[in-house]
Amino acid sequence: MHPLAQATTQPLPLPEVDWRAIAPELALAVAGVVLLLVVAFWPRAGRGVLAGLTLAGLAAAAALTVWNWDLERVAFEGAVSLDGITRYARAVLLAVGALATLMVAQGDSREGEPDDSPPEVFPLLLFALLGMVLLAAASDLLVVFIALEILSLSLYVMAGETRRLAAQEAAMKYFLLGAFSSAFLLYGIALCYGATGSTNLLEIADATGDPTADGTLLLAGVGLLAVGFLFKVSAVPFHMWTPDVYQGTPTPVAAFMAAATKVAGFAVFLRVFAGALGGLVVSWRPVIAGAAVLTMLVGAALAVVQTDLKRMLAYSSISHAGYLLVGVAAAATVPAGVSASMFYLLTYAFMVMGAFMVVQYVSRLGPPDDDAIGERSSLEDYRGLARRHPWAAGLLAVFMLALTGIPPLSGFWAKYYVFLAGIEAGLTWLVVVAVISSVISAFFYLRVLVVAYLQEPVGDPGAETAPGRTPALGVALGLAGLLTVAIGLAPEALIAAARSAERILG
Amino acid sequence: MTTYFQAYGTFAALLVLSIAFVAVAFGANRLLRPNRPTPGKLTTYESGMDPVGTTWSQTQIRYYVFAFLFVIFDVESVFLFPWALVFADIGVAAFWEMVVFIGVLAIGLLYAFKKGVLRWA
Amino acid sequence: MRVGPGAYLLLSAILFAIGVAGVLIRRNAIVVFMCIELMLNAVNLSFITFAKTNGSLDGQVLAFFVMVVAAAEVVVGLGILVAIFRKRSSTSVDDVNLLKG
Repeated sequence: MHPLAQATTQPLPLPEVDWRAIAPELALAVAGVVLLLVVAFWPRAGRGVLAGLTLAGLAAAAALTVWNWDLERVAFEGAVSLDGITRYARAVLLAVGALATLMVAQGDSREGEPDDSPPEVFPLLLFALLGMVLLAAASDLLVVFIALEILSLSLYVMAGETRRLAAQEAAMKYFLLGAFSSAFLLYGIALCYGATGSTNLLEIADATGDPTADGTLLLAGVGLLAVGFLFKVSAVPFHMWTPDVYQGTPTPVAAFMAAATKVAGFAVFLRVFAGALGGLVVSWRPVIAGAAVLTMLVGAALAVVQTDLKRMLAYSSISHAGYLLVGVAAAATVPAGVSASMFYLLTYAFMVMGAFMVVQYVSRLGPPDDDAIGERSSLEDYRGLARRHPWAAGLLAVFMLALTGIPPLSGFWAKYYVFLAGIEAGLTWLVVVAVISSVISAFFYLRVLVVAYLQEPVGDPGAETAPGRTPALGVALGLAGLLTVAIGLAPEALIAAARSAERILG
Repeated sequence: MTTYFQAYGTFAALLVLSIAFVAVAFGANRLLRPNRPTPGKLTTYESGMDPVGTTWSQTQIRYYVFAFLFVIFDVESVFLFPWALVFADIGVAAFWEMVVFIGVLAIGLLYAFKKGVLRWA
Repeated sequence: MRVGPGAYLLLSAILFAIGVAGVLIRRNAIVVFMCIELMLNAVNLSFITFAKTNGSLDGQVLAFFVMVVAAAEVVVGLGILVAIFRKRSSTSVDDVNLLKG
């Protein structure tokens, strides 16, 4: 009998709707839809109003996250699981979303010049966050796929939000390669489903221990899943899109992509690989470790030759994906790998967003570039920044030193815990490579500071236009800098919170 | 093996027969008719008008928005059909779930309407 | 004769491989995009086959969701491509070369 025909004769089991479990996601969805209607029916709403509404939606989601903080359960028949990863990722993502909202609200607008980006970017930001938060909570491969598509489709549109040719080019590249990688991920899901008979991560975890299961099919599926995830977190050899997209897309969107996509991508990476596929760790660890080595070294080596700060940050984000992969490789056997990776994501998100904020600030100095690339982010623009804008240069120094991993800033502790977990998992050789990559990366991070502090400004300083009033960007810069320093001074509380993320529910 | 291909055998026989029918009819026609072409007879038949322009004309790009909006209804129908099949078993809960689903899609359409893409420009 | 699930899975793998080859070889963005759609639909065939062999409905449900996601992807993708086409009257991926380094 046909399976569909069977379904009509049997009473259909309806999953219980657990509203509370997905309350933060629902808040984001409702806020996004409301904002879309506001944009449609009130076209003259200012960016401040829209940003305020977006922040209100984020605040509601954050309040519901706090309300759900102690909830640990699997909801919707195993489709969504609430555990440490979910709540930690929710908190980090909502904070990143708030900073991104401030950056977007500032936009590219200058005195007497309307902003290029349309108001739809605010609802899109909320929809992208909805996909990310759901991705971190997903414990069924179907939900993983849908959440990934919600966030990807929103980001494709956000990447091309301005009329600049570079932004549209970035959107097209991001879209084509993103859709390509989604297809690989989907094929991986299909093969895992075929091998284990389920898309639920808990049931897949049970099936991997079952010797009667089809091992070849499952391993092929795991390989394709890895390709899909490595694409999304921009690991070598699937990193080609990252520099082009980060450079072409407007800086606020690039910052959001760099920080938030990594958080959500690595949360699901940990849940699927360290959680559900933990039984197959002997099979996938060499692959992930190999990708980690390539990602760290290629990312750091190519960042050295960049002359554009946005491109350099893109390659730096690739090398950071490599350090995170060390955490993923360790996580299957060492629970500390999970908490170290989550803590790394927390610190990395604020460091990289801060760096992009400085880029956004500096691109406002000087006349708007009518070059198609559009934004002024060449290293040349940073010459003598310390003399002209000491505050911006000081924050730039904080973020660059944190990204390098200089103590006592937050980046040092992030690397420290991840490397510790790697050594505990017996991956000492991988940690040695990571340290070498860190040393290489120190060169290009510190070069930015040399340019900003030691070189003379080019041209006539009087020709430089004022950056204009930047209240939103100023607040965002202050918050990111404060967090980067504060986390570095007192990492214990946050790493303790991350430790609660070690037990993965499916 | 045999039953599987027998099922397609009927179809194959019909295919061969229909091709043969057309070939025989047109072949006989060609053999029997006289052939005296004039320029008027050789032009493309376009309902009695003189044919204008090339056959390779391009469609207006502004129609693509309607294709996009079609997707709203496309997505709706993909879920409406399985829903209709099990609706009776589930009852009121299923009804309200579908109301929410269609409501979200309707907001998309409302947004498009407000943005003026449905107006003929 | 019953055609076994192996044949369907092989067909699905072949279609997926054709899609991958198309994405890597073709230079027109719209054709590249069509190849991605081919990959998604090849996966759908796998889902349906596995749903039959596993005797569960999950695969068919997944196929529905994939169809919907593919439709949404078409809208976003073609929207981006139309925007680029209006600017430069070409959809060849070789002409998209502003960003490099």
